[in-house]
Amino acid sequence: MTFSYAVVQDHFFRVFSVFHCYKWIFGQEWITDIVISFQRTSAMNHRIEIKRKPAFKDGRENKVLDVIREDTGIKPLSVRLIQVYHLFGEYTGHDLNRLILELFCDPVCQEASASFHFARNMDHDFVIEVAYLPGVTDNVGRTAAKGIGHILGREIKDSHVRSAWLYLFKGLRSKKEAEHIAKKVLCNTLIEQYSILSKNEVDSGKIISYSLPREAHIKPPYFFEMDLQRTDQGLKALSDQYVLSLSLEEMHAIRNHYRKSSVRKDRKTHNLPENPTDMELEILAQTWSEHCKHKIFAASIDYREGRKRKKIDSLFKTYIKGSTEKIKKTRKDLLSVFVDNSGIVRFNEEYAYCVKVETHNSPSALDPYGGAMTGIVGVNRDILGTGMGAYPIFNTDIFCFGSPFTSEKALPEGLLHPRRIFRGVHRGIKDGGNESGIPTVNGSIIFDPSFLGKPLVFCGTGGLIPVTINGRLSCRKYTRPGDIVVMCGGRIGKDGIHGATFSSAHLTETSPTSAVQIGDPITQKKMLDFLMEARDQGLYSGITDNGAGGLSSSVGEMAQATDGAVLYLEKCPLKYDGLRPWEILLSEAQERMSLAVPKDKLEAFLTLSKKRDVESTPIGEFSDTGYFECYYKGTLVCRLEMKMLHEGVPKMELEAVFETAREERLKIQSTDYGQNLLYLLSRPNVASKESWVRMYDHEVQARTVLKPFCGKDNDGPSDGAVLKMFPDSCEGLVITHGLVPRYSKIDTYQMAANAVDEAVRSAVGLGANPLKLTGLDNFCWPDPVQSKHTPDGKQKLGQLVRACQAVHDVTIAYQCPCISGKDSMKNDYRGKRGKISVLPTLLFTVAGKIDDIRKAVSFYFKRPGSAIYLLGQTHPELGASEYYDMQEIKGGCVPKVHPEKARILYRKIHQAIGERLLESVHDLSDGGLAVALAEAAFSGNLGAIVQLETMGNTLTSEEKLFSESPSRLLVSVSPDNEREFKRIFKGESCCYLGKTVLGTDIIFRDKDAILIHEDRNILKSTWKEALNF
Amino acid sequence: MKVKVLILTGYGINAEKELAWAFKMAGGKPHILHMEDVIENKSLMRQYQILAFPGGFSFGDHIASGKVYGNLVRHHFLDEVRAFVSSEKLVIGICNGFQIITKMGLVPDLDGNQTQTVSLIENTSGRFEDRWVHLKVQPNNSPWLRNLDELYLPVRHGEGNFVVQSPELLYLLNQQHQIGLRYSHPQGKEVEYPYNPNGSVENIAGILNRKGNVFGLMPHPEAFIFPENHPNWTERMKPGPLGLEIFENGIEYFR
Repeated sequence: MTFSYAVVQDHFFRVFSVFHCYKWIFGQEWITDIVISFQRTSAMNHRIEIKRKPAFKDGRENKVLDVIREDTGIKPLSVRLIQVYHLFGEYTGHDLNRLILELFCDPVCQEASASFHFARNMDHDFVIEVAYLPGVTDNVGRTAAKGIGHILGREIKDSHVRSAWLYLFKGLRSKKEAEHIAKKVLCNTLIEQYSILSKNEVDSGKIISYSLPREAHIKPPYFFEMDLQRTDQGLKALSDQYVLSLSLEEMHAIRNHYRKSSVRKDRKTHNLPENPTDMELEILAQTWSEHCKHKIFAASIDYREGRKRKKIDSLFKTYIKGSTEKIKKTRKDLLSVFVDNSGIVRFNEEYAYCVKVETHNSPSALDPYGGAMTGIVGVNRDILGTGMGAYPIFNTDIFCFGSPFTSEKALPEGLLHPRRIFRGVHRGIKDGGNESGIPTVNGSIIFDPSFLGKPLVFCGTGGLIPVTINGRLSCRKYTRPGDIVVMCGGRIGKDGIHGATFSSAHLTETSPTSAVQIGDPITQKKMLDFLMEARDQGLYSGITDNGAGGLSSSVGEMAQATDGAVLYLEKCPLKYDGLRPWEILLSEAQERMSLAVPKDKLEAFLTLSKKRDVESTPIGEFSDTGYFECYYKGTLVCRLEMKMLHEGVPKMELEAVFETAREERLKIQSTDYGQNLLYLLSRPNVASKESWVRMYDHEVQARTVLKPFCGKDNDGPSDGAVLKMFPDSCEGLVITHGLVPRYSKIDTYQMAANAVDEAVRSAVGLGANPLKLTGLDNFCWPDPVQSKHTPDGKQKLGQLVRACQAVHDVTIAYQCPCISGKDSMKNDYRGKRGKISVLPTLLFTVAGKIDDIRKAVSFYFKRPGSAIYLLGQTHPELGASEYYDMQEIKGGCVPKVHPEKARILYRKIHQAIGERLLESVHDLSDGGLAVALAEAAFSGNLGAIVQLETMGNTLTSEEKLFSESPSRLLVSVSPDNEREFKRIFKGESCCYLGKTVLGTDIIFRDKDAILIHEDRNILKSTWKEALNF
Repeated sequence: MKVKVLILTGYGINAEKELAWAFKMAGGKPHILHMEDVIENKSLMRQYQILAFPGGFSFGDHIASGKVYGNLVRHHFLDEVRAFVSSEKLVIGICNGFQIITKMGLVPDLDGNQTQTVSLIENTSGRFEDRWVHLKVQPNNSPWLRNLDELYLPVRHGEGNFVVQSPELLYLLNQQHQIGLRYSHPQGKEVEYPYNPNGSVENIAGILNRKGNVFGLMPHPEAFIFPENHPNWTERMKPGPLGLEIFENGIEYFR
């Protein structure tokens, strides 16, 4: 053997100091369990360290240094990374040697030690060790526990292996610097802990260690009575104290229910207190939360617009579902909309697809990595929980952040820097998607100062499901009374408790942090594979995911099928003891699905589950009693009427106002258009995100035939993705999205209309059949309910009404029904320096069928000598454009959608694509024509010479170049096809602009003036480098 | 009789489905089996002519990519795998599958005892990346690479940096024609990042055992089985050889 390791003998056992830092989170205490001592604390406590041999450079080290330099300005000379495994329990020296040899150490390139070794024997100024807080999911530790188990032939508890990283820094001047690096870069103290030792401390014999996990046990009583016989003030205080996010009206409704004589009688016979138990109140708060019930979208709204006044009974019913119902009449492919975890659409005779997009804003604000990862693996589970279970085939991820160039000083207290959020969210999405084997095929990253208050993290997934499985339609569920409730996948811990109610609140400087969870994509992947096998063998009758609200939400919802369920919570597998019964029910621990399994299938289900290394546990039974009941060790702790639970929430009565603002065309003329184009290309919203997106696997599963990057050098920005769905057919699915929150500054109707239009026009431009599109609406709004903290609630709700009206109008015009959607309504931050509300934002996602993927069109110019045309009418619409935003110009006319006109244009584009007349089609969006043409040219390694006279006399050159009028596409046509092309687009706005040319010149002329003359290589490098940090 | 292909999956392997498509399109008869099914019935292996380890993230790449999955195979059916290899059947490991067979010592297997002598470690860029790379087939005796000269395939990994224990062993790998694929530059220039996407020594992208019947590679030939997988296919040019040809070679070998 050529590798070295050392087992260092222990000389001292004297404990020097034990750090017990208490952290109050929600009334619970988490204890950091790092122990700094002289030598090992006990024989039950072992440490394995792994280091690269000097001959093999570790690429991650430079990455760490880069981030430290960029984010803190501190410039350490070097860092060495040591992977640490901490083992609790009895291991002989022989065991440890074997584990090092067979598991932990790569004999080719690593060295190992079974003690606190490398910090003592290597040069450094300070060492920083980072590990998860006890109780936080440690995925590496879990795999290590499994790996040790295989080798030693005995089961190792997950919590008995801890992983950590030890960083050895040279060139740090003080402990303060080390501390700064630990807090700002290496460690998120919500979920991780760190300890720092100086060289002197290490030399004096100090080491870093951890204490054995302590197991707490809970004792009776298993519930507490929550006294509701209080004043209104008392009720409000109760809601706040327990993070219930219940309004006074809702508290009253609950109290009134419990005061009913029938209820009192029933409770008496069941030995339950008159008031709700803690669990019952928690379940009601979760089920009635804005997150789960969408109360604002269901509210009754008194809407005023100028002198007009209107009563709207539910925005959702009126506009979202309303438009889909209207479109549904002409569509036979909508198998299931708005009822399940995602909408299901027939794709062909045999298969259906489904898509869902979720937001994970609040968790991502607190723990960007964990929040985003649980966002993406969570929405994967929505797909798995759709119908009888669909298989995820693509992800789509869209983020909105504050500017990455925000100064530290401008950062409100308690918030993470947008750069850190960006990095963390990106890494979470990357790990979550890549490790699950689901390609990330589509997405965006956009920036606005308003997203400092809360980042928006949209995570979407599409799935594929056979239309019938075992002779039954797959878009339904078949749960019956008597079926067993089975929890499948991960174990329950304290993670994520109150996620549903917390996300229904605004962020503050001291927001709760137990709302944070960490995902484990591999546990979920194993569960997914197992459940697909179980599905095809017909081993279950119903399935749904455990997301917000945990079992309370999943079983509570599934129980609606049979009108009741009973759970025995002591049966639930826990990560560690010490959870109260209500915590078991409400925990949002990840990677769990709830299933209904017929009694005669239970054994087969559990056997297969075991064989696939997936934990499945029967925890109760579906009933038809009309009650949702929970027992804990024989004690009834919850008995809620199903009807009260799901229909008892009082309807909100809200007021909304919209005042039309006057829009005026501005007369501003700048001169240096070339320079402006360069500036635009380096704007974060426009600049290339390649360095980030390249880190997503976008082609696993082999379906991706139009990828996020296209072009001669594979680095140009696609308008969306095209998937070839099956190896033996050319049918495909197109995925695109649209969002332009900027336009909300002028009018949310146009913000929403433009979002829908952008998604639709991109899909059509890629080749999707305009008659086979489906959409998803995701609203992220600041709190629109009038209150002391939100004096402009009526206006914000008015903005929401407008946006919903736009979705209604435009989706009907385009015959693009919403099949699923979600809203997140409290995207505000409140701190000492005031409130930050996000821009009202609609993300519209489109999935559409393309009948023959071989006809799909990419966005970049293909060859010299092709004719360049602009399709669609340009108006003087620079209001809230990227161009005005760059110049800090307020006012102007916001871009307006004319869907009736655009619909005709889109049908013609589809016809032209069908006849293969278009060499390229590029959507015009941020930065208008100038940016779109630059992208199409430099991605095709071609020049372009265009003149803008054909766009008419009424527009200024500035408007021609940078207006963001929607429904426009830039196309290139081979000279051979021009005649046929012109025939199709006769009568449409179709402007001939010029030709593609060899070389690097990009020239825009208007009449006699040369507006822009730039070198495409310079344009491209400007565009490519701006966000490369 | 169609050539039967065993595709091993489970524990986070995720590219098994398209690998099955690839072998099917190449004329073979692929079966995707969970590792536990093979552990339960080891004699199953004898029915197959080809054993394939697909890509993915077995055990989350924790500790080291492919390590824990490889350990499981070693622990439960190493003898069967050895018998498979010595009976002139074919084995392929792609991406995570390459990491698995490398850590099991199936490639390059210089001593015939499956001692691990090479490894795949973190990319020098410190990042997972998905990008298409140019590859040059090296002189070799492997059925997998017959009649192939150049390939264009995607890599999708964070740990593909090929390292060798010592310069002597690297010399031996060259001498014995065990280097199947190298990253290359389309214009024949020096192969630097991103053309060598991960920092691999001597731009090595895929290696063979001495007999050439076991092949491990980081790029994904199963991700280029349709002409439309090519990033530039919308230019309607003639794409070079598809990744599919590797699987056709595998099937052809038994004909």
